[in-house]
Amino acid sequence: MTSHHVAEEPIKKVAIFGGTHGNELTGVFLVKHWLENGAEIQRTGLEVKPLITNPRAVKKCTRYIDCDLNRVFDLENLGKKISEDLPYEVRRAQEINLLFGPKNSEDSYDVIFDLHNTTSNMGCTLILEDSRNDFLIQMFHYVKTSLAPLPCYVYLIEHPSLKYATTRSIAKYPVGIEVGPQPHGVLRADILNQMRKMIKHALDFIHDFNEGKKFPPCAIEVYKIMEKVDYPRNESGEIAAVIHPSLQDQDWKPLHPGDPVFLTLDGKTILLGGNCTVYPVFVNEAAYYEKKEAFAKTTKLTLNAKSIHSSLH
Amino acid sequence: MCSLPVPREPLRRVAVTGGTHGNEMSGVYLARHWLQAPGDLQRPSFSATPVLANPAAAAACRRYMDRDLNRTFTSTFLTTKATPDDPYEVTRARELNQLLGPKASGQAFDFILDLHNTTANMGTCLIADSAHNVFAMHLCHHLQLQNPELSCRVFLYQQPGEESYAVHSVAKNGIGLELGPQPQGVLRADIFSRMRALVAAALDFIELFNQGVACPAFEVEAYRIAGTVDFPRTKDGDLAGTVHPRLQDRDFEPLQPGAPIFQMFSGEDVLYEGESTVSPVFINEAAYYEKGIAFIQAEKLTFSVPALPSLTPTPTPVP
Repeated sequence: MTSHHVAEEPIKKVAIFGGTHGNELTGVFLVKHWLENGAEIQRTGLEVKPLITNPRAVKKCTRYIDCDLNRVFDLENLGKKISEDLPYEVRRAQEINLLFGPKNSEDSYDVIFDLHNTTSNMGCTLILEDSRNDFLIQMFHYVKTSLAPLPCYVYLIEHPSLKYATTRSIAKYPVGIEVGPQPHGVLRADILNQMRKMIKHALDFIHDFNEGKKFPPCAIEVYKIMEKVDYPRNESGEIAAVIHPSLQDQDWKPLHPGDPVFLTLDGKTILLGGNCTVYPVFVNEAAYYEKKEAFAKTTKLTLNAKSIHSSLH
Repeated sequence: MCSLPVPREPLRRVAVTGGTHGNEMSGVYLARHWLQAPGDLQRPSFSATPVLANPAAAAACRRYMDRDLNRTFTSTFLTTKATPDDPYEVTRARELNQLLGPKASGQAFDFILDLHNTTANMGTCLIADSAHNVFAMHLCHHLQLQNPELSCRVFLYQQPGEESYAVHSVAKNGIGLELGPQPQGVLRADIFSRMRALVAAALDFIELFNQGVACPAFEVEAYRIAGTVDFPRTKDGDLAGTVHPRLQDRDFEPLQPGAPIFQMFSGEDVLYEGESTVSPVFINEAAYYEKGIAFIQAEKLTFSVPALPSLTPTPTPVP
């Protein structure tokens, strides 16, 4: 995907993925509802296709069957020879790549929205994979402005080693939508309504873009991943400390060196080291215990986008 | 366990079970911690035994492997002959019955404290079978008085004529501690500390009782189960809507007929059609979706609990 390219062609093919993690219910039920009645997500001139990406995990209301679907869309996994021995999610990734990709080709879908929930107190979050993507920066600016005063944060996962091969990465413009806090396996109406609004505004943006609207240069504040921090563990690898009560639920708020980060099961406080202020995200996400991530440190920066408009007008 | 006589001897054999559901993390981590360092659980007249009730589910961070362990302590499961194909929890229930029971026998443990978390906004909830369980009601009352800032509520779960099925029914007496909201698979420091403090206070009460303290009669409000309400569903059994924003997180607050309880994905509200005001509990508990329960209807009642007679004082055993 070329990153300095101001979007010229109108957007034609959009997909909305739910159930990439089978127990993140907002996306599951929005997609199921739209498969029955898709009026809400249609826009003239646009094909918007909803899909349940991990149906077996959805049926069992579990994050995944064999491995995390949202980590196997790298070229190596996508290129593996089909066999019964492959994990379910790798086989499914290959199917999805055929239907909505292939990744890195001209035929792939233009935009894919991938719907997620988190147990962390992250509110409405948009996830960006490329800091130089003017089209998506403009879209995110539009969504944030439309949602205000409801806060909407942008998490940038561009990083040489920490970026992961997401389901949505097969599209030219991948958009992660993450809303929390919601326990896995629970469907909250307030969270559903927030995610619904985010999608509505994003589709309105695409529609406006296609109709020829010119979007002037803009800037957005984003939180860029720096580092993941694991829980303190004992010799057997078991967790020996919990997220400290002063950090719990404080996603996106500044965390300074010397601030409490963990509380051991014996009652001792562990403080943040280093010498810079960070902005923690995914604080105490249930699914990340096994990925050895208690929270991620981010740094705040501003991204600028050039003016964009559709070339047909 | 209905018309339980009050204990006439000190309670010496007490167990604290965590991880009855393997993804309810306060109990899982407390049980693991106490298995390494049981100091918290010691009192002059007894030491409580920590038990990790469902080790396989705790290791996998799942509620259960094959079936809900906390519904498996009926006599059918406990006494039927073992076979190699038995579900994991059936085998485990029998093991726990050997360790802490046998249920309904003279050799059973005196008391089990069973630790749970819920995704519902239930705060601190003490779960007992019925108001006739005088000892349990006094224990709950003690916890309420010791922690006035917590608003501990008492929930009475046994339906008339129903056989007991929960892990604490293996002992002669027992209660559940249910703390929320906490997502499954998440360990929150605030809830963990609260659970630990409540267990300590419960063991302190047992110690006071063992030392011969008498507890006078009192009146208490408690919430007794009256029924359950399922989510609105499609003809395929899938959800057609979810708990309404005006009901979400309002556990124990009065729900009146005509108030909204569900919001359909298509936008309409579903209103409560019961005949009288109820107190909803376990609102939007993750584990209850598969049991067909969106919330439990409880009646808020006031009970008069008779005095708990003191034991004849016995000398404290020399440690």
